[in-house]
Amino acid sequence: MDLARTEVAKAATKRRGSATRLGLMALPVAFFAVFFAYPVAAIVARGLKVDGAWQLGRIGDVLAQSDIRHVLWFTTWQALASTALTLLIALPGAYVFARFDFRGKHVLRAVVTVPFVLPTVVVGTAFLALVGRGGMLDQLWGVRLDTTVWAILIAHVFFNYAVVVRTVGGLWSQLDPRQEEAARMLGLSRFAAWRKVTLPALGPAVAAAALMVFLFTFTSFGVVQILGGPTFSTLEVEIYRQTSEIFDLATAAVLTIIQFVAVGAILAVHARTVRRRETALRLVAPETTARRPRGAGQWALLAGVLASIAVLLVLPLGVLVQRSFDTPDGYGFAYYKALTSEDGGIFLVAPIEAIGNSLEYALAATAIAVLIGGLAAAALTRRNTGRLVRGFDALLMLPLGVSAVTVGFGFLIALDKPPLDLRSSWILVPLAQALVGAPFVVRTMLPVLRAVDGRLREAAAVLGASPWRVWREVDLPMVRRALLIAAGFAFAVSLGEFGATVFIARPDNPTLPVAVARLLGRAGDLNYGQAMALSTILMVVCAVALLLLERVRTDRTGEF
Amino acid sequence: MSTTKTFTAVVVGLGLVTLSACGSSDSGGSADSTTVTLVSHDSWAVSKSVLKDFEKQSGYTVKVLKDGDAGQAVNKAILTKDNPQGDVFFGVDNTLLSRALDNGLFQSYEVKGAGQILPEYRVDQDKHRVTPIDSGDICVNYDKAYFSEHKLTPPQSFDDLIKPEYKNLLVTENASTSSPGLGFLLGTAAKYGDDGWQDYWKRLKANGVKVVDGWEQAYNDEFSGSAGGKKAKADRPLVVSYASSPPAEVIYADPKPATAPTGVATGTCFRQIEYAGLLSNAKNTKGGKAFIDFLATKEFQEDMPLNMFVYPVVKGATVPAEFTKFGPQAKDPEILAPAKIAANRDQWVKSWTSLVLK
Repeated sequence: MDLARTEVAKAATKRRGSATRLGLMALPVAFFAVFFAYPVAAIVARGLKVDGAWQLGRIGDVLAQSDIRHVLWFTTWQALASTALTLLIALPGAYVFARFDFRGKHVLRAVVTVPFVLPTVVVGTAFLALVGRGGMLDQLWGVRLDTTVWAILIAHVFFNYAVVVRTVGGLWSQLDPRQEEAARMLGLSRFAAWRKVTLPALGPAVAAAALMVFLFTFTSFGVVQILGGPTFSTLEVEIYRQTSEIFDLATAAVLTIIQFVAVGAILAVHARTVRRRETALRLVAPETTARRPRGAGQWALLAGVLASIAVLLVLPLGVLVQRSFDTPDGYGFAYYKALTSEDGGIFLVAPIEAIGNSLEYALAATAIAVLIGGLAAAALTRRNTGRLVRGFDALLMLPLGVSAVTVGFGFLIALDKPPLDLRSSWILVPLAQALVGAPFVVRTMLPVLRAVDGRLREAAAVLGASPWRVWREVDLPMVRRALLIAAGFAFAVSLGEFGATVFIARPDNPTLPVAVARLLGRAGDLNYGQAMALSTILMVVCAVALLLLERVRTDRTGEF
Repeated sequence: MSTTKTFTAVVVGLGLVTLSACGSSDSGGSADSTTVTLVSHDSWAVSKSVLKDFEKQSGYTVKVLKDGDAGQAVNKAILTKDNPQGDVFFGVDNTLLSRALDNGLFQSYEVKGAGQILPEYRVDQDKHRVTPIDSGDICVNYDKAYFSEHKLTPPQSFDDLIKPEYKNLLVTENASTSSPGLGFLLGTAAKYGDDGWQDYWKRLKANGVKVVDGWEQAYNDEFSGSAGGKKAKADRPLVVSYASSPPAEVIYADPKPATAPTGVATGTCFRQIEYAGLLSNAKNTKGGKAFIDFLATKEFQEDMPLNMFVYPVVKGATVPAEFTKFGPQAKDPEILAPAKIAANRDQWVKSWTSLVLK
């Protein structure tokens, strides 16, 4: 009889569970619909609808243009090349971070993540110092790469290194090395053991990282615009040009649809690999797998990885810092002091106030992203969920792949009528930033939530706990650290968000990246120096946020 | 029961987001009659004291919305024209004027003191939809140090730029994405005519002109005469920028040099004029009119140069000494009528792109 009662309770829990899940999804779905789907649809409709009738023939017209086909071709192949190069350079890094123990590892892991959250408008300029004229490569070998495709590819490695290190390295550090050792005891060579044991376990993580890098480079904007010069154009750059400069909304709408379809396809494949990756692996605590390098080969590998990080990642960041102190009177704090003065004229406030604005916006954006992303992750926790719910997982990632100018212009024309009259409200900036932050929250929380043993929840439910109580007593203690990491990452991403913010930031409270862009837009030593100083401050704030995260890393980290 | 609870939580959550969003929302121009809202581009700037004077005298509070670069700001204003974000738009220039007028961005208002505006800047005289506010010249700037080191005379005219002694020295901006880039193209079109400008650009290309995407890259990364360029070890001593860039190099330097490190090739200039207008469907038309009047006052016009690095357009407004000393205004800049620009811009940019970039 007891058994029967348990079965009944279980069935009730299940029913209740799916209802709860739908309830949890309601807010993220509403958020996504109102602040993403609706504005994007509105701006696409503005371009493609004439007198109420859709002009879908435009799609064919646009695709027939050789310029556009060239853009599509370039977008695809540079993304493929960027992804391959990033994997080539970052995979050894992932291995080193996963398996080796060395001094300063945590600081270094935070440092390599800084580029990922910095706005390209800031870094592009500094990056020229590495590959441009008079840059390091120029001085050593007389090689200049600016306005070549190489500059774009290397900058993409710079920005996406952390994606590979965090996604692949995170998992690698938890694979039990003893499995490989066992295979070697059975007579396999070192390489064969790695290929048969570690590679299959790692494969899905590598695929997921590659797809994320492909997504980010496929939709690359600032890097291509600044480093590629006017001859190279990706879809995203072309959408910006058509919307913002040429004002051909029809062409922009067609391009937006094309990018949408492509990104949707990438995300669908990504969702599949992520699911494959979550198949049971025997994972161990990362602390137990890392050890000091042994032998000349391992030390050489470590040295090689550290050198590549120094040249590719630290050097461009270093140039920013150096230039922020390099005043006409020699090195000093003059540019930093100038940030506190109001008579620059460009702003209605002293540039230094951008720091406060940025922090406020980023905090609000983080709160929204954690609420939305957290609810979504909770709804997606159960592995054997329906197709609809799984599709929702990919849907939440879509804002990462849709042009910021499309979202920005969409906000402008869609959110201008009561009850959603938000156009000149401050909340618009955090809302746009949360669109970018929420996917990171989902991706960080989901693996941890899924790792919670479902039987614990069932047991609690059988004992009469409400779903809320189950979550509070079972899930929350286990995911608290993941929640912190998710919040931190959303915060850092919001701080650096530029694309959408620039369209909606108010002049009296610009964010750090917006302020930097405005300062760079003016002639004169003081403006340039202040831009470098503000960039350095932004970099330091991001680095501090990421360093704090290193302190609360969970045993089972998410993907970023 | 638990479902109801969840549902309630969701509704409350959504409500909170919406509520907090609506709390400070007051979009759609200045609903209350004591505020006047200006929509402009990122370069808008004014001295605090001057703006305070207007607020005190008129009784209006001024709210400013900066909306990206000039092209972006105009496009956004057109998109939102049925329910505009403000009352007055400032910063549409002669290259974009027709787009704004054809799309019905502005309503008619003749500025108080229209007679004070210099005749060469007046346009749209029958309808009075826009008022000229400032002018500026897009010209090639040169790095003085480079030319004295190499004992070379800096170029003065468009014709000079295609001479062999200036090979590989000039950097300009993409005409399809940058307003100085477009201005320079229009300057050559005005100078050499519909038939001649393409040939001129072929020669310019053969003479090693470099094209980058925006002014920031051209001026800060490529041009050896600017503060940023010196740090970046830039190697192009000629750049397409503004006639007011040399004064900016002095004013934004500390300590200030005795002379500007850069100069202007005065025979390569294209004149840009910026206009302001009362937005159609503005909520506070009375305040908007008062603000346009203010933009044409001597007080604002004389404050403008050091804030936005442009020249005044009203009679008798004095230009600051730094301007006359470090950046003489071009005597005879190239000029094109907005209608002519509107009719040809897209085609010219297209031909230019395939000619120069491919």
